[in-house]
Amino acid sequence: METSNLLLALVMVIAVSYAFGRGRSISVVAPLGGIKTLNSLPFYHGMLTALWCAIPSLFLTLLWLLFEPKIIETLVISQIIIDGEQVSSDKLSLMLNTVENILAGTLLGIEPSQALIDAAEHLRSLRQTSQMAMTVSTLSLAMMGGLWAMTKISPNYGARVKVEKTFKIVLLACSCIAILTTIGIVLSVLFESLRFFKSIPATDFLFGLQWSPQTAIRADQVGGSGAFGAVPLFAGTMLISFIAMLVAVPVGLMAAIYLSEYASTRFRTYIKPLIEILAGIPTVVYGFFAALTVAPAIREAGSMVGLSPSSESALAAGLVMGVMIIPFVSSLSDDVINAVPQSLRDGSLGLGATRSETIKQVVIPAALPGIVSGVLLAASRAIGETMIVVMAAGLAAKLTANPLESVTTVTVQIVTLLVGDQEFDSPKTLAAFALGLMLFTVTLGLNFIAQHVVKKYREQYD
Amino acid sequence: MTSGKKMSVENPVDHNNSANRVKGSVVDTERFKKRLAQRYRAEQRFRLYGLMSIGFGLLCLVLLFTDIIGKGHSAFFETRVSMDIHFDAEYLQITDVSSEQQLNNANFDGLIKRTWRAQFPDVKSRSDKRLLATISSSGSGYFIRDQLALNPHWLGTQQTLWLLVDDDVDVYYKSRQKGDAYMGRVNEKLASWIESLIAEERMELNFNTTFFTAGDSREPEQAGIRGAMVGSLWTLLITLILSFPIGVAAAIYLEEYAPQNRWTDLIEVNINNLAAVPSIIFGLLGLAIFINFFELPRSVPLVGGLVLTLMTLPTIIISSRAAIKAVPPSIREAALGIGASKMQVVLHHVLPLAMPGMLTGTIIGMAQALGETAPLLMIGMVAFIVDVPGSVTDPAAVLPVQIFLWADSPERAFVEKTSAAIMVLLTFLIVMNTLAVLLRKRLERRW
Repeated sequence: METSNLLLALVMVIAVSYAFGRGRSISVVAPLGGIKTLNSLPFYHGMLTALWCAIPSLFLTLLWLLFEPKIIETLVISQIIIDGEQVSSDKLSLMLNTVENILAGTLLGIEPSQALIDAAEHLRSLRQTSQMAMTVSTLSLAMMGGLWAMTKISPNYGARVKVEKTFKIVLLACSCIAILTTIGIVLSVLFESLRFFKSIPATDFLFGLQWSPQTAIRADQVGGSGAFGAVPLFAGTMLISFIAMLVAVPVGLMAAIYLSEYASTRFRTYIKPLIEILAGIPTVVYGFFAALTVAPAIREAGSMVGLSPSSESALAAGLVMGVMIIPFVSSLSDDVINAVPQSLRDGSLGLGATRSETIKQVVIPAALPGIVSGVLLAASRAIGETMIVVMAAGLAAKLTANPLESVTTVTVQIVTLLVGDQEFDSPKTLAAFALGLMLFTVTLGLNFIAQHVVKKYREQYD
Repeated sequence: MTSGKKMSVENPVDHNNSANRVKGSVVDTERFKKRLAQRYRAEQRFRLYGLMSIGFGLLCLVLLFTDIIGKGHSAFFETRVSMDIHFDAEYLQITDVSSEQQLNNANFDGLIKRTWRAQFPDVKSRSDKRLLATISSSGSGYFIRDQLALNPHWLGTQQTLWLLVDDDVDVYYKSRQKGDAYMGRVNEKLASWIESLIAEERMELNFNTTFFTAGDSREPEQAGIRGAMVGSLWTLLITLILSFPIGVAAAIYLEEYAPQNRWTDLIEVNINNLAAVPSIIFGLLGLAIFINFFELPRSVPLVGGLVLTLMTLPTIIISSRAAIKAVPPSIREAALGIGASKMQVVLHHVLPLAMPGMLTGTIIGMAQALGETAPLLMIGMVAFIVDVPGSVTDPAAVLPVQIFLWADSPERAFVEKTSAAIMVLLTFLIVMNTLAVLLRKRLERRW
């Protein structure tokens, strides 16, 4: 049975076991005076039966799916390689590929050797056997679990406590996925980065001024020796993010101030969602806009005044990224400005200050920690933004502060290093993980600082 | 609020008068009046800056939409050229149309070339003849083959068929209709032929069905977004199936069960931080864990869905928690008071009441996932895939990645295709977000 069908069958078995468990609990107490003599409601008895049916069998399926491919591959390999002959890993993976293709009937051109045809046949029979064994064992385990749970049903059996406990454990497990994700991120970028730092010293990476990651793939190939100094990437990222913040912070902040301090409720209810549409537009759309509309416009405008902006200028990417971040800054600032108590404003206005003076000298200082933390969060978003820069910024790593030149960023390099064919042990691909580590650390750091700023400097008014 | 303004008008003046009485200086009054006017001007300026900021944001929005729609609306139409094709059984060497083999061996491309030559008998040189045949799309051979297979009685007869034109001709024809013909790769000779075809009313614009029914293609006129749409659907399905139950469960745990201890704090800190991690980092995680470690295949919706699940989980958890928090404690206490267990309180009372808020959060999370590109690039969902995926383990592209791929293509005709794909994506997002807003309005309860 195919895995998807098996899962479907399993679900049906579980549903049936729930019904049986529930029915049995009712029938057990029928002669004793109905379900009021049961310790737990029939629902809990059914649920417990279903759990006994589901958990072991699903666990088995999971293990099976995880380990089956590896075991079958080992068996097939042991058949291909007969007398302990030494085969390189490349050749082995090629052979396995050929075997797969024979099996799928997509091997074109070359005539495979008899040994490989045999191996394909072996692979097929192994898969069939494994599939069958999985079907039989999981379904029988499910039934056995269900039956065992049913035998335990009695009037005094405390099914409710057990079910509630399991429920709580499942909830806890779900909430722990967040921790697992963080651990997964840290481990995946950290391990690959450590491997990278084995071949390229960390100081070269962090302080080197030359970035040209093209390395020879084969030993006899002509190619760059590879230079992994990431400073130009950091500088490019900073430049583009800086331009973005230059657009987003004043515009976002002023928009938030107008919306929360001046605008009528009607204006606010219509305009605020409109501004927030900007945040909902996918970044790939902004990238397309930046590359095909904004960048050419900047180039034309530049050449009119006698400058020659690059067609992949940092300015285009930065401007569009700034527009993307406007609603982010404005909604975060809006929240903190609204949190400033009205009494502060009334006090200031009562002393004769104008609206704008009140805002500048009372409201903004009171809301400053929140605004700063919002700006930091926006900066972390700008640094981590990928698609706009991939589509509108350049690839060449240049160390420049001129916004009309083309620069590259950390995220652009991660994408270019990892998209396409890749080998997992070359410094070229591992460099992407080192860049990812930097990105993760910096954004996390900004995040922590933002939270700390709010915690430390926030004024408690109420 | 006008009271603030009034107060600030009166106060400085009062102050001014009292100063006047004491010192009797006229200069001071003038100075204060000037200062007051200055302050009001500053007030007006400040207000204007605010309005300008909002105006700038709205302008960008309008600019973006008009730019995309202006570029993309023409992609919803395709140019077709009518050709009188004689299905010559002898030339095609077909005796039995139902035979797959004979259809496959027949030279339909040659038949189209022959038809072109018959239509333009003056064209003599070899290179011109080749150029002539490029007016119709390179996929036309397959098109008339399929048409013949559907209509077997056409064999041996002459039929007038509307064929797709090549992308360059398509761009020429569309721009010509707007008044400014864009030549591009269309040279003088080709343009004159096209003009004569137009004069004979052999060219027309139709609604572009190819765009919605075909998969990706290297030829712009044959490229469609069906494959990407189905790929997005599979990916979102996986994301929804995983992230909604897990997110809701985590939110219930944190709001209803979690004790106040370090472990709970750790979970909360993690969720908040994950919400701010750049999406590309999730792509690196997917590449290292799902593809390298678990050796799942690349470029499949299953892995894409897993990565997007991890990415959208924080959003869903945070909004679900807010929804649970909004359920007043009195409801829980009432349920507990009449003897419900903790699980019954949660499942029978809190969850149904919090469901609208949770659904809203989930739809917004799904909209986020639908527009996400960067993490999917990392797990290899950038492959050129023609086929429409049939399951979650078939290689697939998704809409935003398709947009990225087309935006990278050099052919001019892909610009309008990209913009049209963006329009489709934005339509989906707008529908989802409107749904979320409506849901919130309809089902939200005020306590």
